[in-house]
Amino acid sequence: MLINPLTKNIGADDTALDLGAYRNNDGYRGWLRALRMSPEKLIDLVQKAGLRGRGGAGFNTGFKWSFVPGDRQAQPVRYLVCNADEMEPGTFKDRLLMERDPHLLLEGMMIAAHAIGATTAYIFIRGEYHRAAKVLENAIGEAEQAGLLTPETTGWEQPLRIYLHRSSGNYICGEETALLNALEGKRAIPRAKPPYPQVSGLWGRPTVVNNVETLCNLPHLVTQGADWYRQLGRGEDGGTKLFGVSGKVNKPGLWELPMGTPVREVIENHAGGLRDGLTLRGFLPGGGSTDFLGPQHLDLPLDYDAVGKAGSRLGTGTITVLDEATCPVGLVLNLSRFFARESCGWCTPCRDGLPWVVHILQRIENGEGTMEDLELLREHTIRMAPGNTFCALAPGAAEPIQSALKLFEQDFVDHIRGKACPFH
Amino acid sequence: MKERPEKVPQRIPAHQEGTAPQLSAEEMRAIDEERSHYESDAAAGLEALRIVQRERGWISDDSLRAVSAYLGIAEAELEGLATYYQLLFRQPVGPEVIQLCKSSSCWILGCDRLQTTLEKALGIHPGETSADGIFTLLENPCLGACDRAPVLLMNEELHSHLTEEKLQALLAEKRQRHADQSAD
Repeated sequence: MLINPLTKNIGADDTALDLGAYRNNDGYRGWLRALRMSPEKLIDLVQKAGLRGRGGAGFNTGFKWSFVPGDRQAQPVRYLVCNADEMEPGTFKDRLLMERDPHLLLEGMMIAAHAIGATTAYIFIRGEYHRAAKVLENAIGEAEQAGLLTPETTGWEQPLRIYLHRSSGNYICGEETALLNALEGKRAIPRAKPPYPQVSGLWGRPTVVNNVETLCNLPHLVTQGADWYRQLGRGEDGGTKLFGVSGKVNKPGLWELPMGTPVREVIENHAGGLRDGLTLRGFLPGGGSTDFLGPQHLDLPLDYDAVGKAGSRLGTGTITVLDEATCPVGLVLNLSRFFARESCGWCTPCRDGLPWVVHILQRIENGEGTMEDLELLREHTIRMAPGNTFCALAPGAAEPIQSALKLFEQDFVDHIRGKACPFH
Repeated sequence: MKERPEKVPQRIPAHQEGTAPQLSAEEMRAIDEERSHYESDAAAGLEALRIVQRERGWISDDSLRAVSAYLGIAEAELEGLATYYQLLFRQPVGPEVIQLCKSSSCWILGCDRLQTTLEKALGIHPGETSADGIFTLLENPCLGACDRAPVLLMNEELHSHLTEEKLQALLAEKRQRHADQSAD
């Protein structure tokens, strides 16, 4: 039985699979099968399989698609956008899929395009991913030449077009409505929702934005079915996921594992545990905008709801490990600097709040903080909470701060009382 | 056929910017190609800036005007884009653009120390170009190579598992290459 659908083609050598090799490994079977299914049936299949968005939000993919208006005659122009703007600190999973198995992503995109009725699709890739962009450009050419996108193959009126769009930067482009503005050639500023992109997205057309890894799940889901997909997971969520670990561990890396794999297994078995005899103080489960969890959470299964109940988010599933020799205040300062720099400046809690947070954290790290500063930091996290801002950037920035203030409170206090960073 | 403004910029500056005031045939071809990918011509503005920068290294006032005239997009609009996006440069950069990763993972593994090394070796802070004109130093939020931290991007090349020694060797190699080129 197939247990590693995302990485089964990725070997030890550092090369990308070309179309011939991909097809020899049963590639594009999912696409051909999807074409024989009605869009409604396809959406239903993906919804039943329980595939959840791998970009971080974890929304059911089939359900997301189902909001696209069904009347194709009334709205014939629809878009699919692949979000390949991987820029969440600590996240390095989509890069692997794009650099090594580009046709898996293209096949996933074709299937998604069929489900929502899109005849144009874009891959929005961050500008720094030069190698992935070249690999994908080449793969798109191969797919076109092989006739995989033509009306003869699809039975559609027009050929499906897939374009690669290289981004000119900025973390906020990963937010799906900001991404759409960037694609339209505007400043990447998030849009007010509703309307949601499925109804009014790119140039006001029905649009679906899906993450790279999400789309890569589709080909095998279609060929193997929803039951197979669900039972790949060890816990409540179906499927597998690319889990990663970075920080001071013996073997930082990325592994495709069942959903629901316990954190401990990923950090200790796969990443080889902490290096230099260090012990674990905490970890960010899925990127810089997720709450810190502590050693007491090591047996938590990596499922969306389970991590949510523990007070954090699965996010991108790439874990950043904080060890005992690294200053938690310094780490939160590093993350807050990132968010302050990446704020698009549209709303006040983010534009003005984040630089203020950086200022306070810097003061504490320098040994010049006061106990009142901790209250002020807590207040900022409340002001940046969901509902007070246009998009998820500031609420995401608040997550590591609010959790660090709980988990590592003593470290903050030690900085203030000792008037210096104890780690220096 | 899509309509295109007929006028090309008339201002021929006696300038020191070292860039052509008008778009080259190759730039126009590339911009037209990108323009054909989008429903609206306005979308090509951002792409045009990226293309011009690819050809000329950065986006000068003249380049901005040339793109504006070619696509019929206001200069102010383009300026708004060029100053918003981090990978668009409104100042000249050196032939070697260093983007040092400042992500949480790279921070844990010592990117601040590497930054100090770079700043000392090049005599510059982020956002500046070295006196010899070769290196421009920039900070990057996360280069997506956390398992290989600390990392930096030198133009399109990713350098991983960096140490101070590796960094010094890399700078020396690039300096040597540019010295050899100018000697030729």
